[in-house]
Amino acid sequence: MTEGRPADEKPADGKPADGKSAELQPTDGKPADGKPAEAQPAQAQPADGKPADGKPAELQPAELQPGERAALAGRERLSEQVARTGMFGAETTGDTSGYGGLMVRRPPALSSPRPYGSYFDDLADALGSSLEQAGLEFGDAIEQVVADRGELTFHVRPEHLTMVAGRLRDDPDLAFELCTGVSGVHYPADSGRELHAVYHLVSMTRNRRLRLEVSVPDSDPHIPTMVHVYPTCDWHERETWDFFGLIFDGHPALTRIEMPDDWKGHPQRKDYPLGGIPVEYRGATVPPPDERRAYE
Amino acid sequence: MTSRTEAEAEGRVYNVGGQDWDEVVAAADQAGDQPGDERLIVNMGPQHPSTHGVLRLVLTLDAETVTELRPVVGYLHTGIEKNMEFRTWTQGVTFCTRMDYLAPLFNETAFCLATERLLGITDRIPERASVIRVLMMELNRISSHLMAIATFGLELGATTVLLNGLREREKVLDLFELITGLRMNHAYIRPGGVSQDLPSGAIEKIREFLGVMPGLLGDMRKLLDANPIYLARTKGISFLDLTGCMTLGVTGPILRSTGLPWDLRKSQPYCGYETYEFDVPVQDTCDAYGRYLVRMDEMEQSLAIIGQAADRLAAARPADDRVMIADAKIGWPAQLALGPDGIGNSPDHIKHIMGQSMEALIHHFKLVTEGFRVPAGQVYAAIESPRGELGCHAVSDGGTRPYRVHFRDPSFANLQALPAMCEGGMIADVIAAVASTDPVMGGVDR
Repeated sequence: MTEGRPADEKPADGKPADGKSAELQPTDGKPADGKPAEAQPAQAQPADGKPADGKPAELQPAELQPGERAALAGRERLSEQVARTGMFGAETTGDTSGYGGLMVRRPPALSSPRPYGSYFDDLADALGSSLEQAGLEFGDAIEQVVADRGELTFHVRPEHLTMVAGRLRDDPDLAFELCTGVSGVHYPADSGRELHAVYHLVSMTRNRRLRLEVSVPDSDPHIPTMVHVYPTCDWHERETWDFFGLIFDGHPALTRIEMPDDWKGHPQRKDYPLGGIPVEYRGATVPPPDERRAYE
Repeated sequence: MTSRTEAEAEGRVYNVGGQDWDEVVAAADQAGDQPGDERLIVNMGPQHPSTHGVLRLVLTLDAETVTELRPVVGYLHTGIEKNMEFRTWTQGVTFCTRMDYLAPLFNETAFCLATERLLGITDRIPERASVIRVLMMELNRISSHLMAIATFGLELGATTVLLNGLREREKVLDLFELITGLRMNHAYIRPGGVSQDLPSGAIEKIREFLGVMPGLLGDMRKLLDANPIYLARTKGISFLDLTGCMTLGVTGPILRSTGLPWDLRKSQPYCGYETYEFDVPVQDTCDAYGRYLVRMDEMEQSLAIIGQAADRLAAARPADDRVMIADAKIGWPAQLALGPDGIGNSPDHIKHIMGQSMEALIHHFKLVTEGFRVPAGQVYAAIESPRGELGCHAVSDGGTRPYRVHFRDPSFANLQALPAMCEGGMIADVIAAVASTDPVMGGVDR
């Protein structure tokens, strides 16, 4: 009755170690030479089963000097697309801040090389062998793996989502019994993969957490439903449909849940305005929140 | 009561206006005489006093047996998640505290833990701030469970339970008012720590509270634990076993009433919960009574944790002990103090930024107007709220505002299990099932 820990393992303790535990690399546009050796997150798992929570041993690529590495990282950064220019959203008046020429680039798409650290490698191996039994290659189902800030994300191809989730739930080596729901995210700039559905899974048996992420284009926002694997996704998928317009194929009753039934549009999308009216206060007018100055 | 014939598909519609139950029964009898039309569809809510705010239940009845139940939510949707995308990370606390309004400090903590993990500063949160967070969350757990049990009593017709519960909850709210300045919607826990230290005299008040509370909880137990009416209304009612909980994503006291000691404070500790001594209460009855017992036991365990936290806060502390992260690029700079004209920025802080340090003034200005930048990425921080796993999925694009914040509110997931608990049972037990689920619609609809 006093023991609240059903499994033999400690979790990843939620600490992002020292911010270096999982250095990340851009997936696209990276030069082939010297890159894979850089910044391996060598967060090895000690024999006692506890995740390493100390500082990971940094593997220094022998062929690169620190200055060269910084230059390489800088070049990569510059190859990213520009997210916005200027500052304060000032477009009509002269910008005297000196930030007018500022160019902010989009954060690179992340992908982690092995080893991922913590229990993540175990988990990926177990899923890989489980999928193999079902006649599917790990790489075919999972397009990308990200181990970041002590959390593991599998980017799953939509057509294999229910299969992967089914294995995660049923395979005793994985045992992800609980799904804590779906969260949508809209990335309008990520063309071809605008809409993401993010699933968070919990394994109570092994005391682990895992995130599945599926991305589909805005023009064809269809994802197979998870209701048959995790019935709890019923309402969560309705909410995600309601807010993002993601269509979960096979859902028993994909209707709006938060907004009124006859509502037009999907409010959490980035192209949907927040709305609001200007408020007058002692002669001055405060604009609605989405028209106020934004320090992006 | 008025009746009119609607379209064939909808059947006959009766509008019930109160004090006309005899007419409804007569009409139902009449309807029962016609073959194939025995079902009565009753719309309960959204303005029903026992539905915890604005929850609507569409019940299909066969006599008094519920054959189908459909919960309808969305009446309290306030767009908090969307609004947070237009405010800084620090301002976000002010929004998310209003979601599950009976457990505001849990909402704040979940959001702050997510923000801190995105920033990579989880290890640098001052010890004192973590202890205060634990103290406040456990106080909040008591007030939330008291409210759950009090309204449970009222919904079964026991006014005394409500009055006792609210009276005792008031003691917790008094402590909140003393410490945060507000009884609810505190915005007290902030990314990097908490907004201010405990005021003088707070520890004594907490000790006083710890002195009287066990007795008051004992009174509540005397009133309910073996009360024959209460037992008849709760024992074996709204059954949901472990399989049902896992399938439907149910967590919290409902899950622990099935015998599984799953509590994130123990299994995936945060805020230093692993350093406190407490038990995870479980029951194996899977029913409304078991959930009541779990809540009562949890309140007693919370009192133990509060005692330990208060001891740590009362212990001698180093001079540089703070409640906000020392990083000047993240930590909220302003300190509040009580002046002759009310609470406001402390004169010491104003003196410092206006007369002594240009850098402090810049940091103050930049943090308050612009906020801090959070490195791009996504995290999911989960904590054990009084109702189960409260998760915060936060996405940053590297800016000063959240790109997307999604809260996995336990009430939302738990409400889905209502049909599983009620269908096949009596209509009177629907009330007990809703009450034992303890949904807070502010959290469900966000």
